[in-house]
Amino acid sequence: MDRMPAWADVVLIPLISLILAAILSALAILAIGESPAEAFYLMVDGALMRSSGWGYTLYYATNFIFTGLAVSVAFHAKLFNIGGEGQAALGGLGVALACLYIPWPHWSLALLGSAVGAAAFGALWALIPAYLQAKRGSHIVITTIMFNFIAAALLNYLLVNVLRPVGAMEPASASFAAATHLPTFQSMFSSEGNTLFRGSPANITFFIALIACVFVWLLIWRSKLGYEIRSQGYSESGAKYAGISPSRIIIIAMLISGALSGMMGVNATQGAAGRLILNSAEGAGFIGIAVALMGRNHPFGVLLASLLFGFLYQGGAELAMWTSIPRELIIVIQALVILFTGALDNMVRWPLEALFARLRKKEA
Amino acid sequence: MTDSAPAIELKGISKAFGPVQANKDISIRVMPGTIHGIIGENGAGKSTLMSILYGFYKADAGEIWINGKKTAITDSQSAIAAGIGMVFQHFKLVENFSVVENVILGAEDGAFLRPSIAKARKSLKKLADEYELSVDPDALIEHLSVGHQQRVEILKALYREADILILDEPTGVLTPAEADHLFRILDNLRKEGKTIILITHKLREIMEITDTVSVMRRSEMTATVKTSETSPEHLAELMVGRKVLLRVDKVPATPGETVLSVKDLRVIDDKGVERVKGISFDIRAGEILGIAGVAGNGQSEVMNVLGGIMDATGTITMNGKPVPLSGKAADGQSRRAIGIAHVPEDRQREGLIMEFTAWENTVFGYHLDPQWQSGPLMNNAAIQKEAAGKMQRFDVRPPDPNLKAKNFSGGNQQKVVLAREIERNPDLLLVGQPTRGVDIGAIEFIHQEIVRLRDQGKAILLVSVELDEIMSLSDRIAVMFDGKVMGFREPATTDERELGLMMAGISGEPGTEDWKAVDENLTALEHGETPTHG
Repeated sequence: MDRMPAWADVVLIPLISLILAAILSALAILAIGESPAEAFYLMVDGALMRSSGWGYTLYYATNFIFTGLAVSVAFHAKLFNIGGEGQAALGGLGVALACLYIPWPHWSLALLGSAVGAAAFGALWALIPAYLQAKRGSHIVITTIMFNFIAAALLNYLLVNVLRPVGAMEPASASFAAATHLPTFQSMFSSEGNTLFRGSPANITFFIALIACVFVWLLIWRSKLGYEIRSQGYSESGAKYAGISPSRIIIIAMLISGALSGMMGVNATQGAAGRLILNSAEGAGFIGIAVALMGRNHPFGVLLASLLFGFLYQGGAELAMWTSIPRELIIVIQALVILFTGALDNMVRWPLEALFARLRKKEA
Repeated sequence: MTDSAPAIELKGISKAFGPVQANKDISIRVMPGTIHGIIGENGAGKSTLMSILYGFYKADAGEIWINGKKTAITDSQSAIAAGIGMVFQHFKLVENFSVVENVILGAEDGAFLRPSIAKARKSLKKLADEYELSVDPDALIEHLSVGHQQRVEILKALYREADILILDEPTGVLTPAEADHLFRILDNLRKEGKTIILITHKLREIMEITDTVSVMRRSEMTATVKTSETSPEHLAELMVGRKVLLRVDKVPATPGETVLSVKDLRVIDDKGVERVKGISFDIRAGEILGIAGVAGNGQSEVMNVLGGIMDATGTITMNGKPVPLSGKAADGQSRRAIGIAHVPEDRQREGLIMEFTAWENTVFGYHLDPQWQSGPLMNNAAIQKEAAGKMQRFDVRPPDPNLKAKNFSGGNQQKVVLAREIERNPDLLLVGQPTRGVDIGAIEFIHQEIVRLRDQGKAILLVSVELDEIMSLSDRIAVMFDGKVMGFREPATTDERELGLMMAGISGEPGTEDWKAVDENLTALEHGETPTHG
């Protein structure tokens, strides 16, 4: 018998956690002498009240959906993939190579090509830690963290020494050809005289992220591979009994996870920047962990959590722009949300469970 | 100690965990110098009751009287102070401490260990002489056999001057000879005026050693009777609430062709230890071969090799065809493909995914079969329908395919596994510990299903640490000790005593040795010496 109704688990707990995080954030803002109400208004106004704000919120959310799904898929096989950041960086490299060196006739083909490049490079970057875990027992948490650093160093080298156009001062690749530019929300949804999403980076990749959510849902809960991944995640000894090879599942799950992280490169590198820059993953690989945690490793939860974090990112940027609240405090707010929704889950869960148990007893 | 006051008296004990009532208005009186058995199915509330008596839980209502005085037992310290000692099913010993260090742990006098250790040594010597409780005080726990570790637990309680000793399922991990020794110790303790409460689900033990017995069913004490005035059948009926067939009802086997042939099988585990040391056996169609042995003597490894979980060397043929023993061709999928079904020893870690629903578990291991696929996805509707049918045919309660495996009782979990494996109609069924943690009512059903499969002309390999089960189900018995088969016997022409000797590594004719000699051999074995054969 489950201890709580499902809706309490899925809706009530994250909501209470969020409110607690908001209260603490408000106290922090008060402490530095700013008004929490005004800050909250600015965040909502900047992120949600205008279509250009939504354009940024959805752009960030797209990144987080990919990296959040990546962490979720690995987590169903009980693998803690901390390497989203490095895999996303390599995904960006894959996108850049596809866009720079292949003369695409149309953006749709370029999108296909860069998506394959992003997924392949991300998967490749996850393959080595996966192999080490499967065959050598090296812990995936350690190896993926190390691979984040290796990825950063590799991109640094490539951008400075290989991809940087002659004469340019910045460690970035050349701009991609116009034919590779993806349709932005602005070009897709604006009509004459009514410009929507003005200047915002949200682009068609958002819809690919939504498709990825459906794909992951089908994979995990409807396919035989998903069945095997979940079996392995719950009980490795059980998987062996059923004739499921644990090392095969580890490698496949990490390949899928790495590919999803890498896909983020399509959004950030091709969709928004139009060239490969240093630190193209922008920390989204790490936010993906929080998103997966908050989204309970379910694609729908990941989608909602990504939207929330997209809002926090965009709202935070607005705060930094219009108030004297320092950028660091915005990171504190994000950290509080992660802390309450992820790490301190049980702090809210236990009292709630006790409450529901008492309610049930009264009914009985 | 007066003759009239009971050593322990529980009056109207009740305890609820949330909505679950674990103990309902329970009263017992146990007289000093007696052994009182408490018997009941899993989840009947025996352990909760004893935890209340030992101060782990606080009763919602009721009183505890010790030696005629009302006593408040709030934690294990006050239980010890009241003279209560407890021997748990899973020992609470520090593995890399010596016996004497474990005995004084928590009962040291002063800041320095030396005087306490000297005192404990003296007292251990005295206890050993009085009660046949001899253990080397300087041996490390991790080097002791399970039987000896249990003695350390009893010594710990006696060292703390316990007059009342509670033992929770004490024989589950012992060989028959070790169990006999334990009962002799308990008998000695009884003679010295100690009071003992024995919790068990084995009717035989109750009949053998106790003076009085209480039966628990569904959180209630259904009866307390004098052991001399009851019978195993009567107790089983009290436990389950209906008449139970204790003997397995089966006709003699009519074995056919050889289905499985194993020759010179050797298994080396991950740590490089040779677990199975060259064993050979055949199983024929329509026959149950039981492997008896104390847990950890290579039986599990034999099952795992046949089930495709472990690699091995040697020769195995199934229906005349060679079976690969390593690599991809030796995994669980390949084994299922050649008609081997496997009910593993540990259903919670292997046979089922506890977090999966019953219907998801219905195809576990067979999930790649074409009938469960539709296009690239799994045909969940078909699997759910199959699960509902299986649960009905095997009387799984509650018959809800959407319930997670972890929410079923042990017996019903086992039925889910059995339904899956038996209905595959395999040529060879591997069954490990089929009734471990399963209640008596379900045991009857599970045994009947296994015998029914045999009667359909299938070969069955049974591994169990319950000698009763091996004796009543098997058509032939192989006894394993230290990775080798000590010999084959037939149930009709052997007895538990002979099997028990073989399980302890002593091959020989029954009746030629008295128990004292056997025990010396056992002690030698436990200290790593070679037993004197014959």
